[in-house]
Amino acid sequence: MSQPIIEFKNVQKKFGDTTIFDGFNFRVEENEIVSIIGPSGSGKSTLLRILMTLEGIDGGYINVGGESLWHMLWNGAYVPASNKHLHKMRDQLGMVFQHFNLFPHMTVKRNITEAPMRVKGLSRQEAEKSAEELLELVGLSDKADSYPNDLSGGQKQRVGIARALAMRPSILLLDEITSALDPELVDEVLDVIRNLAKEQSFTMLLVTHEMYFAREISDRVCFFDNGNIVEEGKPEAIFTDPKETRTKAFLNAYLGQ
Amino acid sequence: MELGEIVSVLLQGAVVTIQIVAMALPLAALMAFVFGLIRLYAPAPFKQLAIVYIEFFRGTSALIQLYWIYFVLPFFGVSIDALTAGVLALGLNIGAYGTEVVRGAIQAVPKGQYEASVALNFSASQRLVYIILPQALVNMIPPFGNLSIELVKATSLVSLITIADLTFKAKSLADMTLQVGEIFGVVLVLYFAIAQCLSLFFRYLEKRLSRGLGRGGVN
Amino acid sequence: MIELTWDWAFVWQVLPMILSAAKVTLLATLLGSLLAVTVGLIFALLRRGPSKLIRIVVYWLMEFIRSTPLLIQIFFLYYVMPEFGISMSPLVTGVIALGVHYGAYLSEVFRSGIEGVDKGQWEASRALNLTTLDTYKDIILPQAIRPMIPATGNYIIAMFKETPQLSAITLLEMLQVAKIIGSENFRYLEPFTLVGVLYLCFSLLAAYSIHHIERRFPKEGFNLR
Ligand SMILES: Nc1ncnc2c1ncn2[C@@H]1O[C@H](COP(=O)(O)OP(=O)(O)OP(=O)(O)O)[C@@H](O)[C@H]1O
Ligand SMILES: [Mg+2]
Repeated sequence: MSQPIIEFKNVQKKFGDTTIFDGFNFRVEENEIVSIIGPSGSGKSTLLRILMTLEGIDGGYINVGGESLWHMLWNGAYVPASNKHLHKMRDQLGMVFQHFNLFPHMTVKRNITEAPMRVKGLSRQEAEKSAEELLELVGLSDKADSYPNDLSGGQKQRVGIARALAMRPSILLLDEITSALDPELVDEVLDVIRNLAKEQSFTMLLVTHEMYFAREISDRVCFFDNGNIVEEGKPEAIFTDPKETRTKAFLNAYLGQ
Repeated sequence: MELGEIVSVLLQGAVVTIQIVAMALPLAALMAFVFGLIRLYAPAPFKQLAIVYIEFFRGTSALIQLYWIYFVLPFFGVSIDALTAGVLALGLNIGAYGTEVVRGAIQAVPKGQYEASVALNFSASQRLVYIILPQALVNMIPPFGNLSIELVKATSLVSLITIADLTFKAKSLADMTLQVGEIFGVVLVLYFAIAQCLSLFFRYLEKRLSRGLGRGGVN
Repeated sequence: MIELTWDWAFVWQVLPMILSAAKVTLLATLLGSLLAVTVGLIFALLRRGPSKLIRIVVYWLMEFIRSTPLLIQIFFLYYVMPEFGISMSPLVTGVIALGVHYGAYLSEVFRSGIEGVDKGQWEASRALNLTTLDTYKDIILPQAIRPMIPATGNYIIAMFKETPQLSAITLLEMLQVAKIIGSENFRYLEPFTLVGVLYLCFSLLAAYSIHHIERRFPKEGFNLR
């Protein structure tokens, strides 16, 4: 097997007294699209938030792109990562949030160009050119000068995707990106992800409750429960012939059978 | 004395009052931002220093602080004129209340904004300057408006250390002419007018800023 | 310049005088807060009353009281009221000024507290045929009180910290006594610092008690009888 782009080794994570991960192991290959499904509170968001460095870990190692995420080599020993190290590691990662988290005080265009200009040092022209392409990709070219609060939920989320893509991450983290949307707006957002999956080479890690979408888009589906991967495999295998009783129960409840 | 004469003397005092407000308000804002940010983000010893400043100035009264600065500091060899003492005491006092406004407004910015700016790899100072503060500023305007009115009211205390502000003029006119009803009536109206102007100004500012921030709907 | 060091002997000499003046300060605060709560409640209810004219008048009156200096209001009561044949001692003047000034602030607290009580409570009371007065007394106020405690407490502490202004009409409260001691001895350091420390202690103590009262207060309200 080639070098994985993401690897969790024996990761521990606690919130106070509650243990979320206890010796968690997980790997993702480059350009793989992995869907994570599972009941509420099983630690799906926590997994993505740890990768995005929004949460620390209490033990174990995580490698991203062959380098340790939360630790760095210093005089031959591993020490907790510095801000500088985290800054470097975050360069590979992008995230789209359930509640969009767009910057309300900036136009759509500024939302997309701000980070490339300030963080990557792109010139205004470069950043705006790239923003125009991305807005076209998500079908919102006409909204460049609108403010987020004047957009529908589906439009906001498409801006959220464009904003994350503008930083050219190699790994995209998507946490229930359609669950805050009205049902009729879900598809316009999923279509964008479908196209991304088809046209570009990305590693994508997505937490979702849209089972049909997970089945259609993923290379691999992981069923999570209690901070563990209970079952994983090809989408067909998981959805048509789950082996574990907990997976069966979850899918039955979800797919209404 | 004619009412017109009374008003014109009182207006001179009102000018002094407005001057004091104009000097103490920027000082208060500066203190509020500096110590509010220290309180939130600085390492332990600085944080404690900020807490001491805030608790001290909020825990005792403005008049005591004014007297302390005016009467006690000269004994330490710090000679200080009444006007400086007044501006200093009021600025530090209102500034201490302002720190809580700054802190509260920053904390009221949704956590998702911080998370998105981490995910986009902004540095800590960029997060504060470009993402958090612009949004927090809008939340600060109404409470700062209220504080500025508290400041206007508190300026009346400087009359007690002989600054010829509106209250001082009123008191000396009253002692002189005994037309107390007219005098204090006019003074109340003048203070009310100053406060209303400030309040209108802050409401305008809030509208302007929130429009700039895309909150008002129309760009 | 006088060489200035902290003089403990002087502190022990003046402390008793300042502490006995603290009684006046606390008395003014206590009476002032009782009046403020009463005034605040009356104005809050008037602002919810049936007459639009009264609501508007009361609103602007509150706005006026809150945006003009307490010191001027104190002077007004002390110097102008005698023109109408009402002469009051400095203490009574002070209590009225504090009570009305902070009553204006409290009316806003009370109003939003009352409005915070579920609308269904009014409908249920109407269905039970309670009078408006009984509904306020037995149903609404008992539920509204707990959420009002922190803001009310903070305003009472704020009032306490404004009592030094009563020195301007010669009430012998702490600051006035300290000032007199200071000018007689040409030493302001100890008296003013003592007064500051005492205010700090009292306010911290009061803030702590308010927090405690709020925590101990029954969440579901209580019966006023
Ligand atoms: N900051 C936090 N502090 C304390 N507990 C937390 C925190 N964040 C998450 N948790 C707890 O950790 C557990 C896992 O949370 P997580 O958000 O990862 O679940 P999830 O699988 O994403 O669930 P959902 O489908 O509801 O989004 C939950 O029990 C949650 O209450
Ligand atoms: Mg989640």
